[in-house]
Amino acid sequence: MIQKINSLSIIIPAYNEAERIAPLIANIRKFSDADIIVVNDGSTDHTADEVRASGALVIDLPFNLGYGAALQTGFKYALEKGYMFAVQMDADGQHDPSSLTALISPVIQGDFDVVIGSRFLSDSNYKSPVIRRIGMFFFAIITRLVTKKKITDPTSGYQAINRKTMELFASDIYPVDYPDADVIIMLYRKGIRFTEVPVTMNRSIGNTSMHSGLKPFYYIFKMLLSILVTLLRSRGEGKV
Amino acid sequence: MTLHQRIFALLIGIGIFVAIIEMVRRRKLGEEYSFLWLTIGIGIVVLVLWQDLLQWLTHLIGAIAQTTTIFIFGLVIVILINLHYSVKITKLSRQVKELAQQIAILKVGGNSKSY
Repeated sequence: MIQKINSLSIIIPAYNEAERIAPLIANIRKFSDADIIVVNDGSTDHTADEVRASGALVIDLPFNLGYGAALQTGFKYALEKGYMFAVQMDADGQHDPSSLTALISPVIQGDFDVVIGSRFLSDSNYKSPVIRRIGMFFFAIITRLVTKKKITDPTSGYQAINRKTMELFASDIYPVDYPDADVIIMLYRKGIRFTEVPVTMNRSIGNTSMHSGLKPFYYIFKMLLSILVTLLRSRGEGKV
Repeated sequence: MTLHQRIFALLIGIGIFVAIIEMVRRRKLGEEYSFLWLTIGIGIVVLVLWQDLLQWLTHLIGAIAQTTTIFIFGLVIVILINLHYSVKITKLSRQVKELAQQIAILKVGGNSKSY
């Protein structure tokens, strides 16, 4: 591995992922010796025990805060411990660790502050539900209009970031309830250099998706509002 | 407004005012939160007693019945109170999130040796 010990952390927010978290950690270890930090978001199953048994670090939130806030906890911890880089990954096995090196290399080399893993730049076996696909397409267009950059997968939660970006994500302006396409626009407004690389994604096996039930409607509303206010805010706000 | 309506509105206004003052006295309600509530009570009393003001306001907002003016006044204040709560809840949620995150991070530091 190119990175030295303790400079790269892989942050995985996990909520009731007892079945999937240990295989994921084992899988990550095949491709990287980075420190794995699992933020246990108030799981009611034995997610934390599974993680401890596999030797990764667990941050135990006292109750469920939601995906974004759990992720932010990981960034805050990583900042405190002096990590230079972080990769954020979903706990459900959707994000394939084989793409880790491709994701983190441009950030470590200093070419970019953020690298987003896109499931659409490559021929992955990922097939998302129709509603989700329409939403992603819609936000990809908005993101492209605002940032004038072609981002094919703005809703991807598989990202590599550097310390400067971690500081931004740990601040109050990070949209903790659904960090998504609005984050890309925030990055653009803050002058953070970002790009996309193709990654392999697997359609997550089993039940829980972040976007189910009535949530897609709230999601679309929230995202539009969040993008709007991100654009209305002054560029200097939350400056790191 | 008929005498009947005025007496009723006056009783409501005074009732709200007295109830709020009593709650603040017993420390059940913070002074900060009592402000808007007291405004409703006082506002109703003032509008009922000061007929010219009520007449003028009714004309201003284009209402026909004076009762409508009092009703709208109360409704607007209630909306403001709710908005105030939403702002407070947003702030409290953020603070709770911060606390939970800090506690979780502190707990890691306390339990492990090498990190």
